[in-house]
Amino acid sequence: MKNIKYLVVGIFFGFVLTKGEAISWYRIQEMFHFESFHMFGIFMTAIPTGAICLLIIRKFNIRTFDHQPIEMPRKEYHHGIIPGSLIFGFGWALTGACPGPLYAQIGAGYTVTIVTLMAAILGTWTYGKIQTYLP
Amino acid sequence: MDFLYSPWPWYIAGPLIGITVPLLLLMGNKQLGVSSTLRQICAACIPSNVQLFQYDWKKDSWNLLFVGGILIGGFLGGIVFANPDAVAISPSTIAYLKSFGLNDPRGLMPAELFNWSSLASLKGFLLMIAGGFLVGFGTRYARGCTSGHGILGLSALQWPSLLATASFFIGGILFSHYVLPYILSL
Repeated sequence: MKNIKYLVVGIFFGFVLTKGEAISWYRIQEMFHFESFHMFGIFMTAIPTGAICLLIIRKFNIRTFDHQPIEMPRKEYHHGIIPGSLIFGFGWALTGACPGPLYAQIGAGYTVTIVTLMAAILGTWTYGKIQTYLP
Repeated sequence: MDFLYSPWPWYIAGPLIGITVPLLLLMGNKQLGVSSTLRQICAACIPSNVQLFQYDWKKDSWNLLFVGGILIGGFLGGIVFANPDAVAISPSTIAYLKSFGLNDPRGLMPAELFNWSSLASLKGFLLMIAGGFLVGFGTRYARGCTSGHGILGLSALQWPSLLATASFFIGGILFSHYVLPYILSL
């Protein structure tokens, strides 16, 4: 299983999210009320870290571990970006979780989050179903 | 070993989250993103002739292992190496939540809101089921979530991701200030 390494990165990512309390409903409410720097500090250090690493990869033409050229991530604009993101933001405030933390919350013993995750899967499915009718 | 049990400050957690972006690229040109796994699960389990789910989901099965890892990471961070103290949010947030009858924080989530029996109440239904639905619907409509747009997209200086992340926050701030209070008062 050559993909098992992604399980390991996932464990790392989930552990950091949990230890950084980014999976906490309390932290998310605190963030939306601007009552602590904590969550903003996470974003404001995670993004430059990623950006500097991408800059280094591009500058030195670094390849993957198996010597493939690295494809730089591109995100295209489309009409769903603003309405979709607002709708996700509404859900984020209610559940206190974006999709990554949903999985981590289940692992951290908040088993009822399985239901939230299933509702999210249903939400994605519903989007797929009515996609053609949306702007 | 204390650092495994204590919560990590933002200046430790943030850079480690950021490191995941180059790590996945170096390992095999994989792009950080979690909401895509919701689509993957739809494609694998309930494709039902919906165009969005007609693709070879097995080709991207790496991300299912990735989120399986996140779940294990949550178990390690939240149970095996659990912080013995409650999350130390600001006193003003605690006071605000108390005004809706919530207890002092214990653990990472308010157990009085997020539990199996409250699912049957209107409050629990709105917080977990309606909330989860909006997360799944919105992230697919926006083609990404906090990880794909907020961390990866912004790291790659993609302006659509900036638009997305700003909208995540606008939506969250609006709901947290103007809708959540009504739900918590139910």
